[in-house]
Amino acid sequence: MPPLTPPKSGDALFASVDRVNAELFTLTYGAIVRQLLTDLEEVEEVNKQLDQMGYNMGTRLVDEFLAKSNVSRCVDFKETADVIAKLGFKMFLGVTATVTKWDAEGTSCSFVLEDNPLVDFVDLPDTCQGLQYCNVLSGVIRGALEMVSMKTEVTWVRDMLRGDDAYEMRVKLIKQVPEEYPYKDDD
Amino acid sequence: MIGVGKAKQYANVLDKPLSRGRQEVSLSAFAFLFSELVQYNQTQVDNIAELERRLEDAGYAVGARVLELLCHREKGNRRETRLLGILSFIHSTVWKVLFGKVADSLEKGTEHEDEYMISEKELLVNRFISVPKDMGAFNCGAFVAGIVKGVLDNAGFPAVVTAHFVPIEGQQRPRTTILIKFAEEVKQVCIV
Repeated sequence: MPPLTPPKSGDALFASVDRVNAELFTLTYGAIVRQLLTDLEEVEEVNKQLDQMGYNMGTRLVDEFLAKSNVSRCVDFKETADVIAKLGFKMFLGVTATVTKWDAEGTSCSFVLEDNPLVDFVDLPDTCQGLQYCNVLSGVIRGALEMVSMKTEVTWVRDMLRGDDAYEMRVKLIKQVPEEYPYKDDD
Repeated sequence: MIGVGKAKQYANVLDKPLSRGRQEVSLSAFAFLFSELVQYNQTQVDNIAELERRLEDAGYAVGARVLELLCHREKGNRRETRLLGILSFIHSTVWKVLFGKVADSLEKGTEHEDEYMISEKELLVNRFISVPKDMGAFNCGAFVAGIVKGVLDNAGFPAVVTAHFVPIEGQQRPRTTILIKFAEEVKQVCIV
């Protein structure tokens, strides 16, 4: 069997993909949130829509990630979380997250982001205090993990736009869904 | 104590120092986000013209902010007062900052005095977009047209900006041209 290429480090991975100015990305995301707020008006609806958009993105993003990063299959959820924080975030957003606050069973952890390209130049007005501005990120993680057979729940714990000192997402693994074959082997 | 420990907490986002603009994200992150924008807008409209208008509106907001950001950062708060000045600002500075390269060409229209065209072989936003035949001449470049319109309007040069596909001999994908048609008042005031 030919030797497999070793997985790249986060920086090498980011250097190997095509990149675009973060400000274009930030401003486009801002335009999306603004459009949603104008159309839907209810902050809860906007949160749900952002999560859904993130979910759609995540299901396709994970394919690109697996193709480009050459990581081997993760043994357990702890490894999965590390891979997402070090390689996943780095490859797409150019920033790394830290994984903290593991619970006793190893099924729930927090991703902490100090630097977040989505929120440059953003200030939440008083009328939108319930808005989870970065909800698209929780959708992306949920979508990506669902494509690799893990059902998860992602919630926001800390949000710098609300006055906290960092962005913290709590990711909880609900269950591993074994892959189902669409047809029987012996047909 | 100020500044001790990790990132300094600013009470107001306006107090934060402006970044140098060197941070990058992956192209695919942007492409996925843009595709979600287009897909969401497709659910909100009934026809192509409305879809283009909505994309243009989204781009308009981006353009307005880009103008402010770049004027402050790159041009030291100097305001452009000449038509060619603002056009070359868009063609070089704005394009370079947003898309990483200057636009392929800036031309003056031959048929009308007040028309200008910025052309690009392949717009960054269109790189991963394929338009089905039943959508006719729809161009996601309407987003970029909106950005240009946002910059022009907020700089004091109102214009109608649209994006068009121009098929080129020998090239499989057509070139995209952003057509800028300035409003009456601009023609009268500005000396080109």
